[in-house]
Amino acid sequence: MIGEKVQRVEDERLLRGQGRYVDDLVPGALEVAVLRSPHAHARIVELDLDPVLDVEGVVAVYTYDDLSGPMAEPLPLLIPHPALTQGRTQYALAKDEVNYVGEAVAFVVAESRYVAEDALALIRVTYEVLPPVVGVDAARRADRLVHDDVPGNVAARMEQSVGDAAAAIEAAPHRLSLDLTVERSASMPMEGRGTVARWDPDTKRLHVWSSTQTSTGLRAAVAAKLGLDLVQVDVITPDVGGGFGVKIMHPWPEELLVPMAAMALGRPVKFTEDRREHFISSAHERGQVQHVDVGFDDEGRLLGLSVQFWHDNGAYTPYGLIVPIITSTQLLGPYKPRAYSVVFESLYTNTVIVTPYRGAGRPQGVYAMERTMDAIAAYLGKDRTEVRATNFIQPDEFPYDQGLTFQDGRPLIYDSGDYPASLEKLKALVGWDEFESFRQEARASGRRVGIGLACYVEGTGVGPYEGAHIHVETSGKVKVAIGLTSQGQGHQTAFAQVVADELGVPFEDVEVTTGDTRRMPYAVGTFASRAAVMSGSAVALAARQTRAKALRIAAEALEVSEEDLEIVDGQVQVKGAPATKVALGTIAVLSNPLRYAFDEASKLATQFTVGDTSKPPIADDEEPGLEGKDFYSPERSTFASGMHAVIVETDPDTCEIKVLKYAVVHDCGNLINPLIVEGQIHGGVAQGIGGALYERMAYDEHGQLQNASFMDFLMPYSTEMPATIDIDHLETPSPLNPLGLKGAGEAGVIPSAAVFASAIEDAEGFPIHAMPISPSELYDLRLQHGHEEPS
Amino acid sequence: MKPAPFEFVRPASLAEALEVLAANPDAKVLAGGQSLIPLLSMRLAAPGMLVDINGIGELSYVRSDREGVRVGALARHAEVEGDARAREVQPLLGLALRQVAHPTIRNRGTTVGSVVHADGSAEIPVVLALLNGRVAVASSSGRRDIAAADLFLGPMESSLKHDEIAVEAFFPAIEHDAGVAFDEVARRNGDYALCGVAAHVRVSGGRIVSVRTGYLSVCDVPTVVDLTAAFPDGVVTPAALDDAGDLAVAALDPVSDIHASAVYRCRLVRTLTRRVVVAAHEHAMSRVGAEVS
Repeated sequence: MIGEKVQRVEDERLLRGQGRYVDDLVPGALEVAVLRSPHAHARIVELDLDPVLDVEGVVAVYTYDDLSGPMAEPLPLLIPHPALTQGRTQYALAKDEVNYVGEAVAFVVAESRYVAEDALALIRVTYEVLPPVVGVDAARRADRLVHDDVPGNVAARMEQSVGDAAAAIEAAPHRLSLDLTVERSASMPMEGRGTVARWDPDTKRLHVWSSTQTSTGLRAAVAAKLGLDLVQVDVITPDVGGGFGVKIMHPWPEELLVPMAAMALGRPVKFTEDRREHFISSAHERGQVQHVDVGFDDEGRLLGLSVQFWHDNGAYTPYGLIVPIITSTQLLGPYKPRAYSVVFESLYTNTVIVTPYRGAGRPQGVYAMERTMDAIAAYLGKDRTEVRATNFIQPDEFPYDQGLTFQDGRPLIYDSGDYPASLEKLKALVGWDEFESFRQEARASGRRVGIGLACYVEGTGVGPYEGAHIHVETSGKVKVAIGLTSQGQGHQTAFAQVVADELGVPFEDVEVTTGDTRRMPYAVGTFASRAAVMSGSAVALAARQTRAKALRIAAEALEVSEEDLEIVDGQVQVKGAPATKVALGTIAVLSNPLRYAFDEASKLATQFTVGDTSKPPIADDEEPGLEGKDFYSPERSTFASGMHAVIVETDPDTCEIKVLKYAVVHDCGNLINPLIVEGQIHGGVAQGIGGALYERMAYDEHGQLQNASFMDFLMPYSTEMPATIDIDHLETPSPLNPLGLKGAGEAGVIPSAAVFASAIEDAEGFPIHAMPISPSELYDLRLQHGHEEPS
Repeated sequence: MKPAPFEFVRPASLAEALEVLAANPDAKVLAGGQSLIPLLSMRLAAPGMLVDINGIGELSYVRSDREGVRVGALARHAEVEGDARAREVQPLLGLALRQVAHPTIRNRGTTVGSVVHADGSAEIPVVLALLNGRVAVASSSGRRDIAAADLFLGPMESSLKHDEIAVEAFFPAIEHDAGVAFDEVARRNGDYALCGVAAHVRVSGGRIVSVRTGYLSVCDVPTVVDLTAAFPDGVVTPAALDDAGDLAVAALDPVSDIHASAVYRCRLVRTLTRRVVVAAHEHAMSRVGAEVS
């Protein structure tokens, strides 16, 4: 079944509204509202809770002073890095200073969210307002500081290089410099954050359900912060309405405060984030300012590339330097820079924190590289595809070592790929060579069109590990548990396909449980395009183990050799003599010497004799049950790649930008389910169109987010999407994992800013150096470049 | 995003609603709720009482005759948009309604509610102003009509008194020698327009005798501009359309916001003015031609 377009089995349930999300669980729980800072930068002078305490229905109010032990410490810095010399994290509730509008200050628990919000309005906080630092430019000027003890607002400065880029550029026949910017956007899942917790005083166990991308990570955080043993804490991830990165950031303050309050109050407590809160207190991403210096020869071949960029990390750095490290390494894409140096500063601003959002720093890196490729082509008067092809790593050069250290601390070595083949497919798919005649036709009727392309390489399937546990019931049904969570990706479908193939059972008999620490306590999480690669591989390995055990037992029961057996449709049978067979359910019975004849399968099993009566019922190296459990841990990431092209039309009068055609060539190695991969691409492209043409975080100079609602933060509707997205797949398997997989989750969004900048530049005839771009900004550019008289 | 506490009443008759309103200065009228409910949820408004008029069946109607289209306070945008007779009597109403948000919002939102919400970015107030329509308002002390010209005082501010309910909006019929058109540019399909223009053109003997346009999202209040002076020869020429754009821009006061700069909005004023005047002129000529033949 691997490789087939199997319909997602999740969808009927989800589309009928039968999904069960955090807010659907534990009805009757107390509800929470969070008092959030109205100021971007201020000292808390006084907090007056008195007016709240008498409000009917208010059960408890917490401020920093109510926190103790590890809860009174700053929140964890999840991923430290030697270059992050000035890492700072916030407190679960602000201690004496707030550093962005939306930072949690007080936590009200009440009989309902209505009452809790009424109570918020009564809390009196006296702030001493401080001047805020908003945007990269203000952070670099550093005439104001976000944190008094962080000079220059610089959280980290990091440099990597291969060869002597400066000298290579200096010696190159041609040189160019570019200054580029990318604005902020955010994940914006349909379901915001949410956590509900129940403390069981009889068993001394804490049950936490959270809308998270990592149940195991959250479990460890809750246990550590609340002083519990790990085995006292269960974290269960129910249906999750999208994550896109914002829910791999953990623990959010509320994810600790909710269980803390549930334990203290002895009643279940629930937090359900609303949309405004999501805008001002959940993470953003993307904001960077970049400077590129490049030297190249007459063919457009890169001789030296030097990149500096300034990364807006918001008020704190709980997720370390992952995003800018990815930008700085994945910027190279499918190209050989020959000599490369990159230096970035990660800067504090008085805005919402920045943590990975689908693409995680890659869209910015690809934007810098692809803008550079287009600039070289324009300078030399060459076709943009030719300049790219000149710089491609060739198919016979894999594994290719870029000589840098990747986000996982491992060498940046591409495992496989075929970039020239991808480019040929893309050109055919979008009609690259026929575009000039289309342009002439359009021009003749007063229309303005442009074509653009962008290429990327994406490190996916980042470690350290994932595991899978497979259990065959005596009914023959197969229960699979994986530790990472699902946010709607189709794990039930895809992993059931793997098990069906590897174990030889009907697809319908396989049930997959995700993100429940009771079933699989060792796991990492769903992010970094890693679920298929990591869990898919682990599931395959666990299924192979289960199969081997089934064959071992069946061989003994049927008195044949293992090599003569196969498993077909849940039956272990003799090759060439399928009438001699035993059902997997029966083998499950045989595998367990405790064999009360509870059911038909157990009765059936008594006809087989298994085991040497002179030895213990369970051999030394065996376990009861027909089960398999295995972990997959790769030596390094596997590198997927792809190329997008878009044809746009820009309105000569209104400057509106319309997508006429969007083409994607995508290589994520072997496909488990092309339908799911294409769905991921569709969603990614939609998110990318949003990021390129519509979305931005409109902070004013006071650090107030002016568009913190879906009325003013413009996510594209279906009406803003092209009617079709043309997709072609290339499959260069990864040598690093058992199924030859590469990740696909983030790919669709990665080249968006780059590909639209390329196409709009082509349509308009002047360079595009800032993304996203709106019709109003396009009009301003036309004015600047003298293509328009002011109205 | 939960509203502050409020009392809720759902009167069965208009008289009862007006009484409740008169007795409760802190009350707000709830009809379609497409603007009010979000304001309540974000606690940007916190009235002590909501007077839900959705139970007053007598206010739910769309009636058209030779004079014009009368829209009751409970008629949903979708009902007005789908009313064939109303589209015939005053085509501009249907053209503009199609641009009001999305179908789901039009299914619930009311046309009269949009008028009295007096949002300078909304389509329907501009249509009412351009057509010189009016609203009928009722209070416990009687009824009165307010002409569109006297209705819109400022951003989100109408001349209705607190104890009054707008019970009907009247959109005059299209004249036999007139043509209309509507166009707008929004960031996304269904968004508030960055700029929107409605046009009303009258012709006589094949020549233009009147050109008036109404603008949304480029002024605090729906603004009507008489552009007739730009067409001294009574014909549509590129130069006349340029002049019309100049006149329009001079009469308006677009501002910059996070979605569009003021200069870009001026550009849209010119472009859309040109488009709708041409379209309305063609419409008028086709109607007059049809009449003659």
